[in-house]
Amino acid sequence: MKALAARRHHRFAPVVLLLLALLVTGGVYAAFAPTPANAETASTEDIETGQKLFQANCATCHGPNAEGSSTAPSLVGVGAAAVDFQVSTGRMPMQMNGPQAIAKPPQFDEEQTGQLAAYVASLGAGPAIPTDEQVDAELGDPSSGASLFRTNCAMCHNAVGAGGALSEGKFAPPLWDTSERNIYQAMLTGPQSMPVFNDATVTPEEKRDIIAYLDEQRDGSAGGLTLGSLGPVSEGLWAWIVGMGLLIGAAVWIGAKSS
Amino acid sequence: MSSNGNAPTTRAGKAADYLDQRTSVGSAVKEFARKVFPDHWSFLLGEIALYSFIILIITGVFLTMFFVPSMALVEYHGPPATMDGQLMSDAFASTLHTSFEVRGGLLMRQIHHWAALIFMAAIVTHMMRVFFTGAFRKPRELNWLVGTLLMILGLLAGFSGYSLPDDVLSGNGLRITDGVVKSIPLIGSYLSYFIFGGEFPGDDIIPRLFTVHIFLIPGLILALVALHLFFVVLHKHTQYPGGGRTDKNVVGYPLFPVYTAKAGGFFFIVFGILALMGATMAINNVWSYGPFDPSPVSAGAQPDWYMLFLEGSLRLMPGGAEFVMWGDWTVSLNVLIPAVVVPGILFTFLFVYPFLEAAVTKDKREHHVLDRPRNVPVRTGLGVAFLTAFIILALAGSNDLIATHFHMSINTITWVFRVLIFVGPWFGFWITKRICLGLQRKDRELVLHGHETGRIVRFANGEYIEVHRPLDEQERWLRVNYSAHTPLEVEPATDSRGVRRKGYAQDKRMQRLSRFFYEDRIEPVTPAELAAAHSHGEHDAIAGGEHVEITSGAAVGGGRDLVEPDAENDGPPRH
Amino acid sequence: MSDYKNPRSPESSHREVGHREEHGTLERFPDPGMPEHQSRMSDRDPKAAKRAERQVVLLFMVSILGTIASLIFYFAFRPDGTTAGVRTSTLSLGLAMAFALLGIGLGAVHWAKALMSDHEKVDERHAIASDAETRQGAIAELTAGADDANIGRRGVLKGAMISALALFPLTIAVPLVSSVGGDWNVSKLKHTMWEPGTRLAIDPSGRPIKAADVTIGSVVHIIPDVEAAERETHEWITEKSKAIVLLVRLDPRDLKADQSPAGETWSYDGIVAFSKVCTHVGCPVALYEQQTHHLLCPCHQSTFDVADGAKVVFGPAKRPLPQLPITVDDEGYLVAQSDFHEPIGPSFWERLK
Repeated sequence: MKALAARRHHRFAPVVLLLLALLVTGGVYAAFAPTPANAETASTEDIETGQKLFQANCATCHGPNAEGSSTAPSLVGVGAAAVDFQVSTGRMPMQMNGPQAIAKPPQFDEEQTGQLAAYVASLGAGPAIPTDEQVDAELGDPSSGASLFRTNCAMCHNAVGAGGALSEGKFAPPLWDTSERNIYQAMLTGPQSMPVFNDATVTPEEKRDIIAYLDEQRDGSAGGLTLGSLGPVSEGLWAWIVGMGLLIGAAVWIGAKSS
Repeated sequence: MSSNGNAPTTRAGKAADYLDQRTSVGSAVKEFARKVFPDHWSFLLGEIALYSFIILIITGVFLTMFFVPSMALVEYHGPPATMDGQLMSDAFASTLHTSFEVRGGLLMRQIHHWAALIFMAAIVTHMMRVFFTGAFRKPRELNWLVGTLLMILGLLAGFSGYSLPDDVLSGNGLRITDGVVKSIPLIGSYLSYFIFGGEFPGDDIIPRLFTVHIFLIPGLILALVALHLFFVVLHKHTQYPGGGRTDKNVVGYPLFPVYTAKAGGFFFIVFGILALMGATMAINNVWSYGPFDPSPVSAGAQPDWYMLFLEGSLRLMPGGAEFVMWGDWTVSLNVLIPAVVVPGILFTFLFVYPFLEAAVTKDKREHHVLDRPRNVPVRTGLGVAFLTAFIILALAGSNDLIATHFHMSINTITWVFRVLIFVGPWFGFWITKRICLGLQRKDRELVLHGHETGRIVRFANGEYIEVHRPLDEQERWLRVNYSAHTPLEVEPATDSRGVRRKGYAQDKRMQRLSRFFYEDRIEPVTPAELAAAHSHGEHDAIAGGEHVEITSGAAVGGGRDLVEPDAENDGPPRH
Repeated sequence: MSDYKNPRSPESSHREVGHREEHGTLERFPDPGMPEHQSRMSDRDPKAAKRAERQVVLLFMVSILGTIASLIFYFAFRPDGTTAGVRTSTLSLGLAMAFALLGIGLGAVHWAKALMSDHEKVDERHAIASDAETRQGAIAELTAGADDANIGRRGVLKGAMISALALFPLTIAVPLVSSVGGDWNVSKLKHTMWEPGTRLAIDPSGRPIKAADVTIGSVVHIIPDVEAAERETHEWITEKSKAIVLLVRLDPRDLKADQSPAGETWSYDGIVAFSKVCTHVGCPVALYEQQTHHLLCPCHQSTFDVADGAKVVFGPAKRPLPQLPITVDDEGYLVAQSDFHEPIGPSFWERLK
């Protein structure tokens, strides 16, 4: 099989790709909670395709064998989870050098992302892509998640995950639109400025609790419009704009002569 | 409604008679019922503050029914799901209970908090109105002091209430307070123990703040509000300049019925708007921050808006100012300057300004007609400089949010504000003073030459001239009815026998200050100047030789202007 | 209180320094008096007045309907503890209340503006100061009173009274001050509960942590390892306020300084532990940037370089974060070598004493 694939790579590649694409779209839940190829389950073919994609798109900075360069880190041993996070959120490949890589529409589809991940995972052992069960908010405890989030995450990402500033133009992004899988992967791999929360310091169950807490935030606030959940500054701004605006408007009406 | 002679027959009459025989309320009603209040929207700003305070009391009483001011730790079971099973203080647990299980509880909490923000915003805008129109001048200096005290009490009321739910955000606010208190030389640590009943946070601070928040400060505010309003009644309200409005009268509508309806109605409008805000806009969702725990902190850790200037001041100060002095005593100037000296300077300015201005003006008369801000350029400039400093500090206190929303580096923003806090107020003063002087010149122009009408007239000699319409006497009165103060004159340093007199240096200092205030000034137009302007135009026209046709034409203007004939204008005769 | 009289009088002038009279005209413009009264639509047109009246009635009706709606919503939406349920209850009760209030407010103001007399009235002002006669009378009364009491001639009595008044607050102040600050033992600020051999545990779970569990680039929020029951007391919260630590593992080659002043090693294989309490005003410093090794305080942006002994690189703090000397025990758990070697947190006057 391996030999076959290697020999007929060129001829059958489009067919294989098409079949895989059909399989992926065939799975109903795939669009909702996709599970790209894992390092363990990835075929040699995936790894080879991944290597080609890597060399065409990533090697300029990360080096032809992902050994890293002066501008970009080595990817040996970062694991499939790191690649899946960076590529599926569009952070990699980077468009230009800046304080930090910005999330944007991903450049690769899920399959290609999986192939890239499989390739990098083949270079050295690293964290794997989490399973659906590991990131299922329904199974987590939002209360435990709240207290974990408070201690480990809120100082950068804000109390409800609205994001916040770091030094020198870097920032911790808002988490509301981040997929559960990506949240898990970010904790596990510590992308860019973010530190690593490995499974010893924050256990997989605790990570799921944190996902459950963030999931609760998608309901908005019991108090009404959240005003960005940015805390007292935005509340003060709205008090002046809406509150004082309406009140002074009313005062002007009261003080004006009737026509 | 008198008791002697004809006895009352109606029910209301009998009740009034009963009351009057025991309270002599009749004379009070006679005195106050038809008291006149001038009408202007800016006179309602103080009312917004008063009404927010009443709403704070109403909603506050509701909240005290359910709030437990205790730091005893409990394991909470109840909504929301994100708090179920956590260890927290009674204060925090009862706040959750009020918000999620008491009907209307969250609404009352949100109205209370919005009302607190509006209370301070209304006080600040009211103070701005009083400052920029010169309403603090004699005889109202003492009432300005009462008002400034009320503003400071408002800050303290807000801060103590903000800390009551015992959440992470306000807990970190208290921790910063503790850090600031500890920086005070000599007594810092003891003062910290005094406040917290021992080490931070201890288990006393919430009950103590509760007493301060619901008893001590509201009591003081009520007493000072009563004094503030007593002064308003005693002095009668100020009024804006205009025809018929003088320092000897007050023009407006009677308290009963017009002002009773307008002011009473406004209370309900303020309450209604705050209810609208409380219903639709979430504020201080403490369950997002979680119960106080000394380890966590969240991004966007800021106080309510009126304390942001202190936060910004702390953020801007470079750390180098801390030092250890002789004897191994630590002096934290990096905290003392921004957290104690800066607010000290700001509040001192507010407290002394009325007396400073009176001293450099040597003005002993009562003032009841307000100034137009442009007519006192230096005061207006100083006010703008003060506001600029306040706003820059508040923005500096929000630098992390500015960084994320405008994609800038927080370090760069901090450096920009470090420069702006010195340059901004100066620039604000300079540009405002220029603008005021410019507006005064514009007023002079208008009075002397009238409105541009946009109507162009061509003369036989081919010259085009725009027709100007003179101001009616009300418009003109508004622009000429002020006095441009002149700098103080001081007696010479030595008397006639060459003996140096005492107090000369002090007088000289005062004179310098007075020059700063009144060196640049624009005098109002006098009737003589107006007459001269018109006849001057005529002279010009004749002397210039080329406008002969104008003078013999339909109208004569000042300079190159042409004034439209106007029957109502009582200026010099034209033609 | 008559209706308006024209105060066209020269003393209404504000003017201090007048111009010399020129061209024989007035020194300053005269007050033109009140502008002419403009009548309102409702004064001119009885239909408009009727319409305004109906509008006021309608507004009061809106208020009544708002109150009724509020009562209906009270029964209709029971807050069930869910976010959406509480939001619906808050929104419906609040909007109904706003209508009830705004109906009254707008109605009353509209009534005043459109239907009550809009003729301005004039009150005279009088000087605030009392006249000379009253003042003399007041002084006479005071003098008479002082004479009655003979205050002037009884100096000792006066002194005794003032002393008594000045001293009596001590009866309240002394007991208060003695207890209000707890035990007043401010030396507690200089010590924390870290002792030699205390294990480092993860906040908030309280699990002790092994050196092997910490990977390079990871950050762990640390508390001292104590019994779970002890962590549910107030004493614990106060102790925790001083004892919180941030644990970071760096590539040992990145560490610029981790040696104590005496030369002992305070780190373990690239793992360093620093007090989490900011040396500025005490916020928990917790924003660790893995790539730059910078630690940022979210409250005032003091930035510390973890690779270089947590020295300040930006912001209002002056001193580095105190370092907790750590090592591992026989089982591989991280433990403290000792307490911090200096007081943690913000500076205070007797900090170095």
